[in-house]
Amino acid sequence: MLSNISKDWLGVGFVTAIGLAVLIFVPMLFDLFEVLQMTKYVVLSLFALSLAYIWGFGGILSFGQAGFFGLGGYTFAVSAINMGQTTIPFLMAIAMCALFAAALGYFMFYGRLNDVYLGVVTLVVTLILWKLINHTAGPEFIIGKARLGGFNGVPSIPIMTLPWQPDMEMEPSQMFQYFMAILIIVYLLLHFLIKSKFGRVAISIRENEIRTSLLGYDVRLYKLWIFTIGGAIGGAAGAMWATYQTFIDPNAFSLEVSAKCLIWVMAGGVGTLFGPIVGVIALEYLSLKLGETSFLNNLIILGTILMFLVLLLPKGLFPTFRDLVIKLWQRARGGTSGERPS
Amino acid sequence: MDYSLVVAIELVREVAGLILIATGLAVIFGMMRVINIAHGEFMMLGGYTVVLTTKMGVNIWVAILILAPLAVGIFGVIVERCIIRHLYGRIIDSLLATWGLSLFLIGFVTVVFGNTVEGVSNPFGGFAVGQYKVAGYTFFLIFAAVAFIASVYLTLKYTKAGLIARATMQNSDMVEALGVNSKHVYMATFGIGAAFAGLAGGLLAPISGVVPGMGALLIGKAFITVVTGGAAVVAGTLSASTILGSISQAVTFATNPVYGDAALLFVALILLRLLPQGITGRIFTRSI
Amino acid sequence: MTTSAAPALLTTADLTMRFGGVVAVDQVNFTLTSGELRCLIGPNGAGKSTFFKCLTGQLKPTAGTIQFNDQELSGQTTHAIVRKGIGIKTQVPNLFDGLPARENIALSARQNHSQQQSEEITDEMLELISIAGLAHREVGNLAHGERQLVELAMVLAGKPQLVLLDEPAAGMTAEERGRLAAVLRDLAGRTSLIVVEHDMQFIREIATEITVFHRGRVFLEGDVAEIMAHSEVQEIYLGKEANGAA
Repeated sequence: MLSNISKDWLGVGFVTAIGLAVLIFVPMLFDLFEVLQMTKYVVLSLFALSLAYIWGFGGILSFGQAGFFGLGGYTFAVSAINMGQTTIPFLMAIAMCALFAAALGYFMFYGRLNDVYLGVVTLVVTLILWKLINHTAGPEFIIGKARLGGFNGVPSIPIMTLPWQPDMEMEPSQMFQYFMAILIIVYLLLHFLIKSKFGRVAISIRENEIRTSLLGYDVRLYKLWIFTIGGAIGGAAGAMWATYQTFIDPNAFSLEVSAKCLIWVMAGGVGTLFGPIVGVIALEYLSLKLGETSFLNNLIILGTILMFLVLLLPKGLFPTFRDLVIKLWQRARGGTSGERPS
Repeated sequence: MDYSLVVAIELVREVAGLILIATGLAVIFGMMRVINIAHGEFMMLGGYTVVLTTKMGVNIWVAILILAPLAVGIFGVIVERCIIRHLYGRIIDSLLATWGLSLFLIGFVTVVFGNTVEGVSNPFGGFAVGQYKVAGYTFFLIFAAVAFIASVYLTLKYTKAGLIARATMQNSDMVEALGVNSKHVYMATFGIGAAFAGLAGGLLAPISGVVPGMGALLIGKAFITVVTGGAAVVAGTLSASTILGSISQAVTFATNPVYGDAALLFVALILLRLLPQGITGRIFTRSI
Repeated sequence: MTTSAAPALLTTADLTMRFGGVVAVDQVNFTLTSGELRCLIGPNGAGKSTFFKCLTGQLKPTAGTIQFNDQELSGQTTHAIVRKGIGIKTQVPNLFDGLPARENIALSARQNHSQQQSEEITDEMLELISIAGLAHREVGNLAHGERQLVELAMVLAGKPQLVLLDEPAAGMTAEERGRLAAVLRDLAGRTSLIVVEHDMQFIREIATEITVFHRGRVFLEGDVAEIMAHSEVQEIYLGKEANGAA
């Protein structure tokens, strides 16, 4: 028991150490273009974590995680343009998405919707948000100084400044390090949460919902919290996306973004936090390379990967690969067939 | 007076539209509890079938009423054989796989036909209601929606296939006990659901045009109609379409279509909060 | 109805459950005294399972009240009812299939005890139900009867004041059933129990007070000998059972 726990934390320590090394050395070793590219991976990794947590450790499969991504992005854009600073807008984006997730979660969990209904409702909510925001092209859709711009999107979103220092706009390498730090902190916080009593109850809900309520736990309330936390993280990623691009348009809400998030998590393996980050980097790199050919577009690639994962690799790339390595290693050691905790 | 008549016609048209886009999805959901996320793309394929075949000189009615459902129905059977049948008992996985199919189809059609709107000429003129003009095609769509519901109802109620389908909906283990191969039932169900989607896509092509991304504009309403209706195909689709369609159209008249869509979703969420298994999960539980 | 000297723990008044036009439970007045072991019997569709589900919060009764320790249970959610000190075992075993038996029980004990205490309670339960041999087996791989025993241990690990069991002996071997009967006999007096059961053989083993349900109503109450001797009961219930058992 004890050795299991310490092994677990060993893995977390290892991942954190890699993260810190990346945070420190990447800006020294790579050129500007590559740092920018990697900043994108960091933002999308945070987005993938939002779904990895609620799906893998709470059993809630959201088909509409893009809703939080877009809502966070737009909230940040509108409030940053109006307030002329970025720290409070960043927090507002997180709070907005947490509130939205809580409201939606109330309808879903207290209505006891089952998995299929939950997937459909989250998907449709995101579709409606996408339609609503697409519709805001007219000049009447203006919030303070920010025009929503409909399908044209919101341009000139301020670049994030260092926290509470409104005139210290981040350099690209600072932005990379700052975002990387956020990713590491969120990763660690989620790990603590999963290992806490709250996290263990959440996992028992995933395993057997009825039994958990027969133990006296309010399943609905737990799910509501999990979903809200996931929404807040998704919102943070959306705000970071908006400032990274200095632009956001309704595509942030699109089904394609929701699907991508699912694909990253599936590829990386549901039930891990590190896997989905690997999924982001591997698949974004893959679609960057394949997207250069003229006969394939992004959607064909995404769709094929999703069908492939569901049909052939239901456990995900990362766990399949990990199990394979462990198996080979055991064979190499000469058939010590003791069960190995992953 | 004329105006209120026009409003009434538009209201009925919206309800009919929901029935058209939701029926195929409801057939598959009622029988297999699977939501086919690629439903919108099946409709899109129906639309493109009409575009292609009319360009080749086929009569538009033949294209809409025969070729669109036939082509998409066959495609549905192929999809069931290649993908869905591997995922029985894994409902969430089958949702994800159909989502993958949906993305693939949008991408594929975009590469082949380009991301532009293809038009189909409207086979009907309009006529006047007092000072307003109503398109004849509107009445045709309403008629088609009635035919959709009637055909599903009569098939379920009076044919042997319908009896087997009803048995599957009540208890899927029962089918084998009736001496029927359940694999064939599911294959046929998916094909028929796809054919309804193809027909709906063909019917809508003349009024909305055809574009690779058109599915995303339609499926939101279709999904929410089916989920709100619950598992009973006829009663569920009919009741949910009527409630959601009238409310959304009323809001559309008061404001604009986008708020109409938002109102539709909001009403659906409230209904699901009160009736988690959909309308037919609690009320009309014995209907089909 | 006979009035008992011991204080009432659970009382239902005019409890009614309707599904559409069907009245599954019809104005049932039921009293359980503290420390009592009561069996609910009746033919299929008699309403005993529906009555049970009203007590556990899985169904919300159409009318009537359920008083437990002077608290109203009707309309409460299952988890809230559990928190009031009621342990529930549903008809279908509900376990964490991926975990060993021991951890299943510990999870249940941990709900309202410290880590240290819950380890002790888990050991106590493994001992009480004599399933120490299963402690480290994954419950997903256990036989149906063994799963039932593990679930009973989980229910008891919460140290409930009242235990509700729906067909606990289903799928058990004769040996397991004997063990279960011994545990239940041992518990009676310290804990109150309501057991929904089909198996008359098993009911004889736990020798207890019986409430017979018929057509949604309480048809008869009495001890096991009285009920067995009652001619109408034999007709509506035992007769059927005898035919079915052939």
